[in-house]
Amino acid sequence: MTTTLDASGMPARSPLRFLDREHTIARPGYSRWMVPPAALCVHLCIGQAYAFSVFNLPMTKLLGVTQSAPGDWKLTELGWIFSIAMVFLGLSAAVFGRWVEEGGPRRAMFTAGVAWASAFLISALGVYLHNLWIIYLGYGVVGGCALGIGYISPVSTLMKWFPDRPGMATGMAIMGFGGGALIASPFSVWLMSKFASTTDVGVLGAFITLGCVYFVFMMVGSAIVRVPAPGWKPEGYVPPTTATKLMTKNDVFVYQAIKTPQFWLIWIVLFCNTTAGIGVLGQASAMSQEMFPGQITAVAAAGLVGLMSLFNMGGRFSWASLSDFIGRKNTYFVYMVLGFALYVTVPYAGASGNVVLFVLCFLIIVSMYGGGFSTVPAYLRDMFGTRYVGAIHGILLTAWSMAGIAGPVLINYIREYNVTHGVPKAQAYNTTMYIMAGLLVVGFLANLCVRAVDKRHHMKDDKAGLEPARA
Amino acid sequence: MHNARTVKTTPLQLALAWSFAGIPLLAGVIQTLFNAMKLFQ
Repeated sequence: MTTTLDASGMPARSPLRFLDREHTIARPGYSRWMVPPAALCVHLCIGQAYAFSVFNLPMTKLLGVTQSAPGDWKLTELGWIFSIAMVFLGLSAAVFGRWVEEGGPRRAMFTAGVAWASAFLISALGVYLHNLWIIYLGYGVVGGCALGIGYISPVSTLMKWFPDRPGMATGMAIMGFGGGALIASPFSVWLMSKFASTTDVGVLGAFITLGCVYFVFMMVGSAIVRVPAPGWKPEGYVPPTTATKLMTKNDVFVYQAIKTPQFWLIWIVLFCNTTAGIGVLGQASAMSQEMFPGQITAVAAAGLVGLMSLFNMGGRFSWASLSDFIGRKNTYFVYMVLGFALYVTVPYAGASGNVVLFVLCFLIIVSMYGGGFSTVPAYLRDMFGTRYVGAIHGILLTAWSMAGIAGPVLINYIREYNVTHGVPKAQAYNTTMYIMAGLLVVGFLANLCVRAVDKRHHMKDDKAGLEPARA
Repeated sequence: MHNARTVKTTPLQLALAWSFAGIPLLAGVIQTLFNAMKLFQ
């Protein structure tokens, strides 16, 4: 028996044909405002990654239940689950970026949904068998791939639907990634309390439930997403007839883009902004208590962390939306200049005991950290065009992975060094703040160097279109 | 193949889609805001 293959290499009667890009082309009358909730369905689910730490402590008591018993996992071993997931986020976004771009958003969202649900179910098996390697594989590897594919899946589709407001459109989706933890954290704690018993901490039941709930949400997202028909544009929208200085009308092929200095300059900008932000975000609780002993308690510090999560989420939408009006390069200038001023102000706020100033600095910093993520897809679109922006964005996310290592390492080791050399705890973070400010100077200079991409990198207008035009 | 027949998105469909994503997000935001209030106590 022979199987007939269609043009995309799929069996002609494959039950998965509904995932193809050609089956997701919107019919006339479809509202583009259906696409942001579709994207949110995916990003709100994968944003759970930021809340994974709520499982860490209960997972150190899987055997002992009330307290850790011999054979129970240690926090240091559990910390690797999140780290592996972050590494695979960057790797999968880079490796599968072109596949996501060419196959369309529905196939990518569907794949991410299956992988994300599988990550929880495999991890549940790991909990059941008390085998940490299964969880490394489940949440770390499979979940990490779901994160990478899911994160980039709606980006270029949103920008095609909103050519008039690309920053706002991607800001809405990427805001969901920040908001996912706000939902997942209390929901996971509630689930564990429901499944907990005298012999169970409730992690197993919580994992299985989360896997099922996230699967449903992500399938709904993949079902309602559509790509615009070729040539579609919003009513009343007149595309610019000529390319502006920093906004191309041409496309650059994904592997050609990484040969341009612009890609690496934006990589440095994102890396600097993210490193500085992660360093503060991860240590905010400890830092605030040590800088203001007696003024900020552990409970108040937890409140600060919650407030920072809200600003992280809100910054993703508001800064990216603002970038539609002031331009991407200028928005990053604001991140770098304002960020520099805020980082050097933090030690002053600590020395003068000004809690309000300290909190304000942190909230604005963390909003720009979020804004850095949500503004970058539109920056790439301005530089390299829409066609491969999702794939290029995927490769750029390696900057995030690198920053995820550099940020916490910088802040932890420098604090440790200062404390062991007799610096009072209240001042132990000052050097780090100045180093973060220095990083933003590097980011500022990199952003300053960004110019329009040379036309020799642009794709030819032929149907294959994969080769750059000869100069 | 792509069918060019017009299928207009209704306000109800839009409301359902936004509610599906928005209500959990709103619940998470409110919960976080309540926790954040501890900073000012």
